Amino acid sequence: MATMTIAKAINEGLRASLKSNPKSLLMGEDIGHLGGVYRVTDGLIKEFGADRVVDSPLAESGIVGTAIGLALRGYAPVCEIQFDGFVYPAFNQITTQLAKIHARSHGRLTVPVVIRIPYGGGIGSIEHHSESPEALFAHTAGLRIISPSNAHDAYWMIQKAIECQDPVIFFEPKRRYWLKGEVDVENAGLSEGPFKAHVVREGTDATIVAYGPLVPVALAAADAAIEDGRSIEVIDLRSISPLDFDTVEASVKKTGRLIVAHEAPTFGGIGGEIAARISERAFLHLEAPVIRVGGFHMPYPVAKVEEDYLPDIDKILEALDRSLAY
Amino acid sequence: MGSTQLPPGTDETLAATSAAVAASGEPVEMVQLLGPDGKLGTDPVFSDYAKRIDPEKLRVFYADMARIRRFDQEATALQRQGELALWVPLTGQEAAQIGSAHASQPQDYIFPTYREHGVALVRNVDLAELLKQFRGVSNGGWDPRENNFHLYTLVLAAQTLHAVGYAMGIQRDQKLALASDSNDPKAAVVAYFGDGASSEGDVHESMVFAASYDAPVVFFCQNNHWAISVPTEVQTKVPLANRAKGYGFPGIRVDGNDVIAVHAVTEWALEHAREGRGPVLIEAYTYRVGAHTTADDPTKYRELAEEAAWREKDPLDRLEKYLRTEGLADEAFFEQVQADGDELAKYVRSTTHGLEVPDIRDSFANVYAEAHPLIAEEQAWFEEYSAGFETDQEAAN
Repeated sequence: MATMTIAKAINEGLRASLKSNPKSLLMGEDIGHLGGVYRVTDGLIKEFGADRVVDSPLAESGIVGTAIGLALRGYAPVCEIQFDGFVYPAFNQITTQLAKIHARSHGRLTVPVVIRIPYGGGIGSIEHHSESPEALFAHTAGLRIISPSNAHDAYWMIQKAIECQDPVIFFEPKRRYWLKGEVDVENAGLSEGPFKAHVVREGTDATIVAYGPLVPVALAAADAAIEDGRSIEVIDLRSISPLDFDTVEASVKKTGRLIVAHEAPTFGGIGGEIAARISERAFLHLEAPVIRVGGFHMPYPVAKVEEDYLPDIDKILEALDRSLAY
Repeated sequence: MGSTQLPPGTDETLAATSAAVAASGEPVEMVQLLGPDGKLGTDPVFSDYAKRIDPEKLRVFYADMARIRRFDQEATALQRQGELALWVPLTGQEAAQIGSAHASQPQDYIFPTYREHGVALVRNVDLAELLKQFRGVSNGGWDPRENNFHLYTLVLAAQTLHAVGYAMGIQRDQKLALASDSNDPKAAVVAYFGDGASSEGDVHESMVFAASYDAPVVFFCQNNHWAISVPTEVQTKVPLANRAKGYGFPGIRVDGNDVIAVHAVTEWALEHAREGRGPVLIEAYTYRVGAHTTADDPTKYRELAEEAAWREKDPLDRLEKYLRTEGLADEAFFEQVQADGDELAKYVRSTTHGLEVPDIRDSFANVYAEAHPLIAEEQAWFEEYSAGFETDQEAAN
C-alpha cells in the first residue's frame, strides 16, 4: 500500500500504462516540460520522451482530432484538455467523430482514445475553469464516461480507461487532486473494472448517489446524519456512462429513499436520468420521490459566490430531511 | 520548393481566376502541363515527374476518368429514380481525383471527404459498396483497411485532423521500423477536402499540427469553386495554395483538370512527405460542373456561361485530344472504354437494387467495442417488443 494524492495516483497510472503499452502516448497543452497545469503528467516527458508525451499546439479540436488519427493507426492516445470549459472546441470531434467511428465502420475500426478533463468547481477560479459538462457527453452514444473520487480508483481507472477499446472521457475532480488516499498498486481490489458503482458506505434509511468531487461531501453528510439517528448508504457511481443502475436499484430496494448529488445543473443532468430510471425500476420500493441536489440553471457563477451554488453537506442534509419527511 | 514557372498556354486560365485572388495582389502561378487544347507543355520541376507516366498509364488515366464519369451519371440517375436518398456528383473533377489517386502507393492512407468516388475507384473500393451510404443501408460501407481508403466524412474538414494524427502514427511506426531494421515501405497520408471546407477551423488546426510535427501528409484541396451556393471568393481572399506559406510548408496550385499535372504534383508531394520533409498543400483548381448534391440547383446561384466556360476545359476531352493526336490510343480503345463504363453502370445498378436492408440489431452490436449494459438492456427490450408483434400475428392466424 502506498499513500498518494489523486493527482499523483493518475500520474502513476499514466506511467504504468506508458510502460506496459508502447503504443500509448499522451497529448495536450503544457503536459510536457511543465507537467500539466496541475502537474498530473509531471516527469513523464523525461522518462518517455517527446514522442510519447506530446506538448501539443493550443487547439482542442486538433488534440482530439489528431488523437483519433493516431488511434486509427493503432495507437492509444490519452489527451489532456486543460480545463472543463475548454473542451467545447473539441466537442465536434468528440461527438460527431470519436463516438461514432466504431458504429459507422460496422465495428471494423476502434478508436481507443482517452480524454482527461479536470472538472468541477470549488477552487475559486475564474470563468470556464469550474464546469461539469458530463451530461453533454453522456447523451452521446459511443462514449464512456468515468470519474474517480479517490486515489486508488484514480490509479486503476485511468489504466483501465487506456486498455478499453472504446473512447473514454475521464473526468478528474480537480478540487480533489490533493486528496490523499491509500493505493494498492498490486491489486485493483473490488474493482470489477471502471464501469461499476461501489457502495462506499452501508446504510438502511436512505441512499445518496454521488461521483467524483461530491463523494467526500456525500460521505460527510452521511456522517452528520448519524447525529439525527439516520443510517445513510452512499454509492460512488464511478461511471457516468454506462450507469450502473443495478447497484443503485439494489440500494434503493433496501433503503426506499434516494438522493442524487452532482455539481452540474440539475436540469437535464445525470440526476434526472437516475431519478427516472429508478422510478421505473423500483417505483413500489420508493418511500419518497427521488430528490436531486445539484447546480442551478445558470452559467457557473463567479468564484466569490460559488459556495452558494455548489452542493455541500447542508444541501444534502436538507434533501435527506425532505425525503425522510414522506 | 522553388516557384514553378508557368508553362505556355495558361493565360486564359489565369484570366479566369477569381476577383478575390486578384485582390490578393499576388501573382497566381498554376502548374499546368496538358492544356485545354490537348497540347503538352513543360514545367521546370514537374515535367520530370510527368515523364514517368508512360502511354499505358495515360490510357489507364483516361479509362478511369471515363468510368467514374459514367458511374457518376448512373448514380445521379439512381437518385432521380428514388433508389438513393442523395447523390454527390463529381463530374468535372475527374482529373483531380484520378490523377492524385494514381500518385499514391498502396501503403499510403487516404482520408476522403464525401465526393472522392474517383479516388475510391483507383483504390479498388467496390463502387457498389460506396453507394450503401447514399442508399441508407450503412453509414460507411467498405472496410477502410482493405485498400487504405477511409470512410467518407460528412462533417466538413473533421478528417483533415484524423489524417494528420494518422500521419503522426506513421512517423512513430517508421521510428520503430528503423530500430528493428524493417524494410516496410515508407508511407504518407492524403487528406482530401474542398474550398468550402478550407474555411473550417479543423483545416487550420490540421495544418498547424502537420507543420509542427512535420507530419507526412499531403493536403489535397479540390477547389471546385462552389461550396453549395457560396463561391470561393467568400471562403478566401488569397489563392488557397498560398495559405501553406503561412504554416511553413509548400503550397502548389495545379490545374485540376489536367490529369498529367495533378499526377506529377501529387507524386512530388507524396515523395516529399514520405521522405520526412513534411506536409504539402495542393490546391487542384477545378470546377464542379453539376450540383453540389442532387438536392440543390446550380441555376439558382451561378451563371450558365460560367459552367460553359469550364466545360471547355473538360479533363477528359483534353486527354482524349492528346491521346489521339499523339497516336497513343485508337478508336477501339475509346470504344472499349465506353463499353467498360456501360458494364460498370449495369453492375452498379443491379447491385444497388440488391443491397440488403440491415437489421437494427447490427446497430446495437456496433455502438461500443466492449459490452455495455445499457445497450444490452435496450436490445432486450426491443427483442421482447418485437416478439410481441409475432405473438399477435400468431394469435390472428
